[in-house]
Amino acid sequence: MTMLTIENLQASVADKPILKGLSLTINPGEIHAIMGPNGAGKSTTGYVLGGRPGYTVTGGSVEFMGQDLLQLEPHERAAAGLFLGFQYPVEIPGVSFVQFLREAANAQRKGRGEEPLSGGEFLKLAKEKAALLRMDMDMLKRPVNVGFSGGEKKRAEMVQMGILDPKLAILDETDSGLDIDALRICGEGINSIMRAPDKAVLLITHYQRLLDYVKPDFVHVLAGGRIVKSGGPELALELEEQGYEAVA
Amino acid sequence: MNLELTLPTRKDEDFRYSDIEALGTVWPVQREEIVVAAGLEQSLQVIELGEGAVARHLAIRLEKGAKMDLRVLTAGPAYGRIAIDVRLEEGAGFTLGAAQLATGKQTLEIVTRVTHAGLNATSSQIVRTVLAGHATGTYLGCIAVERGADGTDAEQSVRAMLLDRTATANARPELEIYADDVKAAHGCAVGELDAEGLFYLMSRGLPPAEAKRLMLQAFIAEAFAGAPGEEALDEAAIARLAALVETGL
Repeated sequence: MTMLTIENLQASVADKPILKGLSLTINPGEIHAIMGPNGAGKSTTGYVLGGRPGYTVTGGSVEFMGQDLLQLEPHERAAAGLFLGFQYPVEIPGVSFVQFLREAANAQRKGRGEEPLSGGEFLKLAKEKAALLRMDMDMLKRPVNVGFSGGEKKRAEMVQMGILDPKLAILDETDSGLDIDALRICGEGINSIMRAPDKAVLLITHYQRLLDYVKPDFVHVLAGGRIVKSGGPELALELEEQGYEAVA
Repeated sequence: MNLELTLPTRKDEDFRYSDIEALGTVWPVQREEIVVAAGLEQSLQVIELGEGAVARHLAIRLEKGAKMDLRVLTAGPAYGRIAIDVRLEEGAGFTLGAAQLATGKQTLEIVTRVTHAGLNATSSQIVRTVLAGHATGTYLGCIAVERGADGTDAEQSVRAMLLDRTATANARPELEIYADDVKAAHGCAVGELDAEGLFYLMSRGLPPAEAKRLMLQAFIAEAFAGAPGEEALDEAAIARLAALVETGL
């Protein structure tokens, strides 16, 4: 079974068409990268797949592990195994990471008919994933993303991904705002959490640099709301060298 | 016993947003006198979760150096009014942390008058109101600093969150200052839950009601932070918030 099948997807934001017939198939075990110039519809792709309000699907279909993804609410998509890594993780004052993540993890488990994690089990898991991303556990006791640097926010996204253990991660510009060390740590985190025969990743990025750490199996160029070119990892290098205009 | 015998009308500023009909069912309201003697400390939690109309009037006098920690949770009543008059003498300290949580056609109000009568007294009021459905939530708060009450430090932080556009929040913070050396800060805001934050929480697997409840819990947290009996207050508030977001959906 394929992991994700997007067919001729069309979507608008505030009545403005952004995606104009995007098609893409992702199989388990694969890592795909979508690259493209500003305004191509990269972030919109992530938000539409995540189910963000305000992003209206006007045509096409998306099947995620045999389910009609577009019929699911955002939290149901999460419970089905989808994780959306935000380009700009949201600050939520007053809500601590551990509290929110434990509730989120258990809500997902409940949605799948599994037993909830106890406080102890959850903390053990959170510590393990925080260590993987070289994040101080104390930071996870703080309010969600409040006062975090850009790099810390992105690492915290990866910690969340580790804890929630999704089947498909859609990572929207996880590399933006990262210094070289943080980039490497995040890249290694993605590999360690998501490189598995039953999992898949869709990386959305401007640049080649993250792909040095997370080697994609397929690279797609998104322009004008649809995929205009697909290829192997060499396509990313070609883009880096020659620019989007020349290649796509 | 101190009783005001005539039922007020909405022309009376302190009753401008009241449900006068409901007030009539519990009128006259007996004033509850509380005196904290010089140098002593007292704490009090007022928790109104019942459904019937409630009107209370606390008259608090804090003698020299006395401290009072008052926490209020009004959630249940169709009409709930908590009026608080506080008089602070030299060096006294007053803390109010309050949350009003309402839905349906509930009308809840907190009306305070905090009078700084002596030197170097401090007062802090934190009021958080969450309103769903057609509920009305009101905070009317006056800080009065008398002549000679220098060194006063008075704070008001008032915020309301509307879960539905049909709910109404009223807030009227007031300062009457007759002393020279006074620090008085007040902030007042009415808003809605941050849609981006909600989507973020939902994208991690929280159902909409739970995501809202979690954000509201954070919104009111300050009102009960550090209170004696904080846990009981939080627990009652969280249960009520969970009910509020269910009705509001």
